[in-house]
Amino acid sequence: MIEISNLHKSYKMGANSLHVLKGINLKVAEGELLSIMGSSGSGKSTLLNILGMLDEADEGSYVLDGVPIKNLNEKIAAKYRNKFLGFIFQSFNLIGYKNALDNVALPLYYQGLSRGERTDRAMSYLEKVGLADWSGHLPNELSGGQKQRVAIARALASDPKVLLADEPTGALDTKTSYEVMDLIQEINDEGRTILVVTHEHDIAQMTKRIVNLKDGVIIEDTVVSQVRALENV
Amino acid sequence: MFDLDRWDEIFETIRKNKLRTFLTGLSVASGIFILVVLLGIGEGMRNGIAREFEQDASNLIFVFPGVTSKEYKGLNPGRRIQLKNQDYDQILRLYGDKLDKSASLYQNWGQVLNYGKESGSYAVHGTFPAYQELENMSLTSGRFIDLHDLENSEKAMVIGHRVKLDLFKGEDPIGKMVQVSGVNFKVVGVFTDPGGERDEARAVVPITTAQKAFGGANNIERLYLTMKPEDNFDAAVAASNQFSAQLEDFLKEQHTVAPDDNSAIHINNYLENAKRFFTLMDMIRLFFWGVGICTIIAGVVGVSNIMLIIVKERTREIGIRKALGAQPLSIIGMILHESIFVTAIAGFLGLIFSLTLLEFIGPMIETQYIYNPTVNFTVAINTVVILVIAGALAGFFPAWRAARIKPITALRDE
Repeated sequence: MIEISNLHKSYKMGANSLHVLKGINLKVAEGELLSIMGSSGSGKSTLLNILGMLDEADEGSYVLDGVPIKNLNEKIAAKYRNKFLGFIFQSFNLIGYKNALDNVALPLYYQGLSRGERTDRAMSYLEKVGLADWSGHLPNELSGGQKQRVAIARALASDPKVLLADEPTGALDTKTSYEVMDLIQEINDEGRTILVVTHEHDIAQMTKRIVNLKDGVIIEDTVVSQVRALENV
Repeated sequence: MFDLDRWDEIFETIRKNKLRTFLTGLSVASGIFILVVLLGIGEGMRNGIAREFEQDASNLIFVFPGVTSKEYKGLNPGRRIQLKNQDYDQILRLYGDKLDKSASLYQNWGQVLNYGKESGSYAVHGTFPAYQELENMSLTSGRFIDLHDLENSEKAMVIGHRVKLDLFKGEDPIGKMVQVSGVNFKVVGVFTDPGGERDEARAVVPITTAQKAFGGANNIERLYLTMKPEDNFDAAVAASNQFSAQLEDFLKEQHTVAPDDNSAIHINNYLENAKRFFTLMDMIRLFFWGVGICTIIAGVVGVSNIMLIIVKERTREIGIRKALGAQPLSIIGMILHESIFVTAIAGFLGLIFSLTLLEFIGPMIETQYIYNPTVNFTVAINTVVILVIAGALAGFFPAWRAARIKPITALRDE
């Protein structure tokens, strides 16, 4: 599903240049649930941003579902993001003045779906995350866990190839974190590829494979026996 | 533009951001409102001045003699020039084809008019029938002096309204005899004058009678001439200036006055004065336009400010939308569409409000200098269109910048 090789990225900081990614090679097969771990500054967020086409690598190749991702202009990047990727953020990033249903329907708007179809599909994804009754509520009327579940429904709405989650439980308490991870595991059980960036070991243990990043290189890549989140709730 | 979903998005944004929308709209609406009202007042002032001038025959040329200031052909300076009947007759003979109305005037100040026990001192004007129109007098009863009076030196008299009030009290003066310097005049009419009381404290008699009765010989004091109408104002001004110059040369020649002596013959060209007034009015109008346009510019700056704030405020939202697959063009479109929609609606509201104000309050304004303030509808619409375009431009640059922000940067924006 994802194939990256020899990925380099550096940032210019005035006169100095900061080499963040120093040749990353990674293959992710379809249906994997993978966590990227590392201390802050290890380059895990940069890697996720490149994978999410929010940022571009200086060097190296990136193939997503057989499509080489390079020389992206804004237009194509937007199209690919909409078609291939679903994002889940630490700070949820819901649009404050739109209710839960409209937030979930937004990626479908950018796919050009009709209003009726958008509402139907958004509603079915809200049901899937267990928030059908909350569809008319604004984000600030929802709890953190509910917000993240709306965000997950939104990420799923466009039926992406890959879900990218950047510290999805970073702003949640343990119990809610596990509930969210349970949902992510469920989605993965249905066969969707998911990448989770986290620095919490218990969260990482709930994925199927842990990639450990340090100073811009992968130092460890292990398959783990998945801990089901539901057992810990 | 006709994308229903886009409209949905915009209405939702507007509904959820009422204050912001209201403020944007207010700055636009007030800009348009002030411009239209200013233009209306400018037009009203122009109309008012035009009406003032219409009251006196506005292409009037008015001649009165003075005192020479230069020695010429052996004649000493300080000589008083006296116009004669011959001057008037010759002017009519030479330039009659250019003239519309004309009258010469022999006037006596401070003549005592007696009727019964009442008496009073008034100016008595000996003149021609055309004097009525030249001076814009209107009759309240009876008739004005006519050619028959003139030819036969009839002792007919038209009195001003003030004279009637003073001498006749409540009585009807028509047909009554008034005595002036021992000569009996028969009152044939009463006039009023827009010039007011001072101009109504006069009596008008045929010039032939006046010259005989008051020892005027063939002396005249003033000439009143109007020219035949021209197609447009500028042509009329040109013709009237040319004629004034000819007239001056002719009279100086007749009375042996140095060609460069400016104090002997005074020619007052009302049209030239009117033109000056109209030029002044145009300046005032230009000024109003200037103020109005500055107001609009202030409005546009206001709109761009608000648009900048909107974009700043929505940076994170834009980042989210981009992460979800929004194309840069759709971001620009969304922001522009909203700004154009708001400025257009607000602009038209301001326009409608100001036009309504001019329409209903305008006719109620009863000052002398503002009359029928209106505004050219096309100009008003154009202004709104310009404002909308300006608003769009003002919104475009922030929108364009927003669309170029990397989503990752926008998402980090707190």
